Amino acid sequence: MTSSLTDGAAPEGQEERQPAGQPPTRNAPDFRDGQPGLFRLLLKDRFAAVAAFVLLLVGLTALVGPALMGDLATKQNLLFANKAPFTMAHGWEYFLGSDSLGRSMLARLVVASRTTLSVALPAVAVALLIGSLWGVWAGYHRGWRENVSMRVADVIMSFPSLLLAVVVLYVFSPSAANIVLILALTRIPIYLRTARAESAELQSRTFVDAARTFGAKPNAIIFRHVIPVVLPTLLTLATLEFCYVMLAESSLSFLGIGIQPPDVSWGLMVSQGRQYLQTAWWLSIFPGVAIVVTTIAANVLAAWLRIATDPAQRWRLALPRKRLIARIPAKEAQP
Amino acid sequence: MLTYLRKRIISSALPLVVVVVGVFALARMTGNPASLYLPLNATQQMRDDFTARNGLDQPLLVQMADYFGGVLRLDFGQSLRTGQDAAAMALRAFPATLQLAATTMVLAVVLAVIVGCWAALKPNGVADRISSFISMAAASIPDFWLAIVGIWIFAITLGWVPTSGVSGASAWVLPIATLLLRPFGVLVQIVRGSMVSALSEPYIKLARSRGAGELRVVTHHALRNAAAPALTVAGDLTVGLVNGAVVVETIFGWPGIGKLMIDSILQRDFAVLQAAVLLTAVAIFALNILIDMGYALLDARVRPVTVKA
Repeated sequence: MTSSLTDGAAPEGQEERQPAGQPPTRNAPDFRDGQPGLFRLLLKDRFAAVAAFVLLLVGLTALVGPALMGDLATKQNLLFANKAPFTMAHGWEYFLGSDSLGRSMLARLVVASRTTLSVALPAVAVALLIGSLWGVWAGYHRGWRENVSMRVADVIMSFPSLLLAVVVLYVFSPSAANIVLILALTRIPIYLRTARAESAELQSRTFVDAARTFGAKPNAIIFRHVIPVVLPTLLTLATLEFCYVMLAESSLSFLGIGIQPPDVSWGLMVSQGRQYLQTAWWLSIFPGVAIVVTTIAANVLAAWLRIATDPAQRWRLALPRKRLIARIPAKEAQP
Repeated sequence: MLTYLRKRIISSALPLVVVVVGVFALARMTGNPASLYLPLNATQQMRDDFTARNGLDQPLLVQMADYFGGVLRLDFGQSLRTGQDAAAMALRAFPATLQLAATTMVLAVVLAVIVGCWAALKPNGVADRISSFISMAAASIPDFWLAIVGIWIFAITLGWVPTSGVSGASAWVLPIATLLLRPFGVLVQIVRGSMVSALSEPYIKLARSRGAGELRVVTHHALRNAAAPALTVAGDLTVGLVNGAVVVETIFGWPGIGKLMIDSILQRDFAVLQAAVLLTAVAIFALNILIDMGYALLDARVRPVTVKA
């Protein structure tokens, strides 16, 4: 284990120097000992590692950033109104410029990151939990439960979510919690459909039959045998959905039916900066860049997760890229 | 064929009905238009009169029966805001959305087929890299931000195109470019994927061994068999566009159905909202039927078996 750990973490240049196929047992634990070793795999893929790092950074910013910024995000200073970015002349807090009320752009971006994440993450989590459990249940039992669930999904999918958002905005208060609710509700069908399809296929497999033969109850089978198999697919989907939900929240806030001032999210900042586009471009452009960087990172990580959580494909990540073809025989020769 | 169509029509009519009824009920939950259309100092008597005049004091079921009775006689009610016929307003806005959606989708499909085929023929080549980059961008960039960046660069800084409106051909460039990114990014990956698997089929080998040219192999043999998944996705994407590109229409001041819908939602103009939702729902319903027929024409295996006499 120790040796494999050091091997896995070895820089790529070192591996390049070794002759191909010489140590056939290296990398083997990655796909043989049952332990996923996901973290080691992650470090090997440069793009995925950077993406994970960016997401971690965004998460940390949202967690501790607002506390560090104090009241800087709301402090108005008309002397420093609409200052251009990329200069330290007005102090570090104005490095990314300031808005028309002289509030620090940097501080506002940091505070907005918390709002944005605190909408996107719970929405994804709620939709994932409800949608997957429901879908797995529907797919396992088939029959009318499946049919009814699919029709419900159809109806939710074809409903204008914009209207739903406005209704909730008027009927209830336009709080972050209600936006989470709308986004979760409209995204449930995605998990529902995927989980149903996977579980419908799984419930006819031999290992599920075996469990049934031994007298396991449906719920026990679902939790012990079906969900562990479906989970990687659903988690990958959730990472992708994180991007979608973040963009959806931004769009709603942009249209004025999402996060309401004085709260601030990245989407709302783009919208507020729009009217100053001619004089102060940074007000719209920077929050957009923040959205794009976060979603690209999540997308890259999702693409990596799809391969890393698939036992049939994971070995690809365990190999150095350039020797992909040369190393395949070595891997097959091991057992 | 007719039985097949009938089945499809029945199964896609259910969401249509639920959506129209749901919109009707939900719209009324947003509140009474009286508080929006009457002055702040209006008396309770005036408010009651306004509510009664527009039939909003009736129970929901009665309102619904009234409305759908009217719909059967092609009477969609009047706009609270302008007093115009609601159906006429929706019909006037619809062509603008359709033009935008049709142009975008045609461009997206043509570009995706060209780039996707090219990428499939040379994996890891230039086209492959470009297409995967654009797909990543399409999934990551919010459309409203892309529109704003476009306005900032091409309308404000360079002054090549107007910032909004529908005057002249140059006004079409930014809205279409903004809308194009997502359909293209999604489609190009679908086309590439299904072309890669189609090109590895035995019948392609056969066609090549019989001396068919590369162009003919791609267009006649591979593309025809790879078209079905792309058609499904293109259909879904078109549905999204016909539903009104609300954000893009709002930013560019495009007088389409999406803008009409969001305006009527915000101003509680129920009749116009319902007419717009009904119109798009019917259009999407028709579009789905067309897509299904397209499948049947494209692929003999989907066609329902007809007993030959």
